[in-house]
Amino acid sequence: MEHLLRELAPQVLGAVIRRFHDFSSAEDAVQEALLAAALQWPREGVPDNPRGWLIQVAARRMTDYLRSEEARRRREFEVAIESGQMATAADSAPETDRDDTLTLVFMCCHPALTPSSAIALTLRAVGGLTTAEIANAFLVPEATMAQRISRAKASIKASGVPFQMPSSREQDERLRTVLHVLYLIFSEGYASSIGPQLQRVELAREAIRLTRGVHALLPQHGEVAGLLALMLLTDARRAARTGPDGELVPLPKQDRALWDQAEIAEGIALLTAALAKGSIGAYQLQAAIAAVHDEAARAEDTDWPQILALYDLLKRTSDNPMVMLNHAIAAAMVHGPSKGLELLGALDSDARLAGHHRLDAVRAHLLEMAGDREAALAHYRIAAGRTTSLPEQNYLLTQAARLSEGAASPDVK
Amino acid sequence: MKYILMMTGTKAQFNWYASWPKEDLQAQFEFMHAFNKELKDSGVLVATEGLAFPDQARIVRAGRDGEPLTDGVFPESKEFLAGYWIIEAGSPEQAYKIAARASAAPGPGGQPSNMPIEVRPVMSAPPPEML
Amino acid sequence: MKYILLMTGTKAGVDTCRAWSPSDVQAHFKFLMRLNKELSESGELVANEPLAAPDEARVVRAGKDGTPVTDGVFPESKEFLLGYWMVDVESPERAYQIAARLSAGPGPGGVPTNMPIEVRQMMSRKTDEPA
Repeated sequence: MEHLLRELAPQVLGAVIRRFHDFSSAEDAVQEALLAAALQWPREGVPDNPRGWLIQVAARRMTDYLRSEEARRRREFEVAIESGQMATAADSAPETDRDDTLTLVFMCCHPALTPSSAIALTLRAVGGLTTAEIANAFLVPEATMAQRISRAKASIKASGVPFQMPSSREQDERLRTVLHVLYLIFSEGYASSIGPQLQRVELAREAIRLTRGVHALLPQHGEVAGLLALMLLTDARRAARTGPDGELVPLPKQDRALWDQAEIAEGIALLTAALAKGSIGAYQLQAAIAAVHDEAARAEDTDWPQILALYDLLKRTSDNPMVMLNHAIAAAMVHGPSKGLELLGALDSDARLAGHHRLDAVRAHLLEMAGDREAALAHYRIAAGRTTSLPEQNYLLTQAARLSEGAASPDVK
Repeated sequence: MKYILMMTGTKAQFNWYASWPKEDLQAQFEFMHAFNKELKDSGVLVATEGLAFPDQARIVRAGRDGEPLTDGVFPESKEFLAGYWIIEAGSPEQAYKIAARASAAPGPGGQPSNMPIEVRPVMSAPPPEML
Repeated sequence: MKYILLMTGTKAGVDTCRAWSPSDVQAHFKFLMRLNKELSESGELVANEPLAAPDEARVVRAGKDGTPVTDGVFPESKEFLLGYWMVDVESPERAYQIAARLSAGPGPGGVPTNMPIEVRQMMSRKTDEPA
């Protein structure tokens, strides 16, 4: 039943917001309806139309609230603002459940919001996580997270964005933001999955769940499928990322028996279907790269020329300097370390990478491949001093220590 | 009563740490992991955090129009905060005992590092004269 | 991105603050309370701890049998941590901006103290983004 309530919550919230135009109060009303359901349904049984039941209860709460003088005045004001905009949206799509949820997702990822606000709001309104759960996931106090969410809602209200789907012209742009927010949630969850689980909620799983939702609403969209595939193909390796003492295990050293084959299979299937539709976007390309890695039975079986070709394509659609770093690694694996180092040289002037530990970490790795132990050691130490990730720092210091012992390294392939 | 236990180091000391042999690094990670877990499980640990290496450290003051003036140049002798524990202890002596254990974390060659840990009480409320 | 903003002072500096008039002390305190409220409302404040005066500071090492060896004598020039603010912000520039605000807190006669605030990034227990 909890699963049912979580699934219905965003639909109910969407419907109530659409009807009453008051995000904050709608949230409270829906929470009360969900609570009522959690108390009554176990006793009386789940109603035939659970969604309708929830909307009715929430709507009643809203009406009670709106009857108050102050609220009525505010509502009249908001309706006056919105009726001007709503009038121009006469040709918008019929308001079905799916559109309400999708509209809600689009609204939570409004470009006026900072990424962290959009993330918090999406997890709250669409994911149905409590403020405490979100705070816990991001290691900030609950009060801080509550403020972030309040301010995000206030920003949306102040921006006057009506509760409707953006025009089809804006949709592509907005969808890009939505996918970016979902990717950030996944990254946060994936990065936090090392070491002991501090939080009950797994953000990576939540990101996958939300992306599945968007994929179900927009099955034709190649990049949505691509993002979902990328998440699954990356998440599949999660169990192998951590060593027995909680240390970071890089991809070439991972025990592939621990990879989740079901997730890999699902990711590949999604990707294949998306690519067949003809479009190729950055998420689909990244998913394809992840798929090539995941398909290799052993690290030495990795089809590096294929990965390099994919990075060559990805470079054209993506400006991300991390992509350039990974491209350099792939080039080194295919053409030798000097090729990779040459490409890194071109990145030295990229301001976005200046002082970034990954540039030094990749350089160290390639220098070691090239046999320059002294320089590799130096760059591992520089990278260790620059990273803000404790597991990464431990890993980089350990690499430096390994090299300073002078043993010929069996680690570098 | 809350106490803060602070680990500091000069830039040279940070670099020295970064040059430790593998086994010594490993021993230190394991010690800290176990130490923190024990403090957490016994309900003593309030918070523990590490600070990034001092290369990116900045001193900031307010410029004329309130704009931040940043400076990244420090004397060689400057002690930078490397990390801290905030613990709940019934007495200063109890806090010192815990600090002594942190100080005994293994260093190079597996010997206790015997690093100095500064211990200070944390204010839980504004001092009376401020109210 | 999590940063820690460190407010420090020497013993002499702290003694000077002790000589402020009560109204100057109140003004500074009120300033900090207002800033904290603002940072709470913006969702950026993660933690703020004021520390007790340096009189109670001790440095602890592990003695030969592990018992704490404490020392309360410090050089005149030692910078003591007086308090810290941990913030979660979108960029280093925002962290410097907040530090500049702290630095501009009122001192005697309402004149900004212009005290130096050290800004450091926090280490996280997370790895980098997936490659």
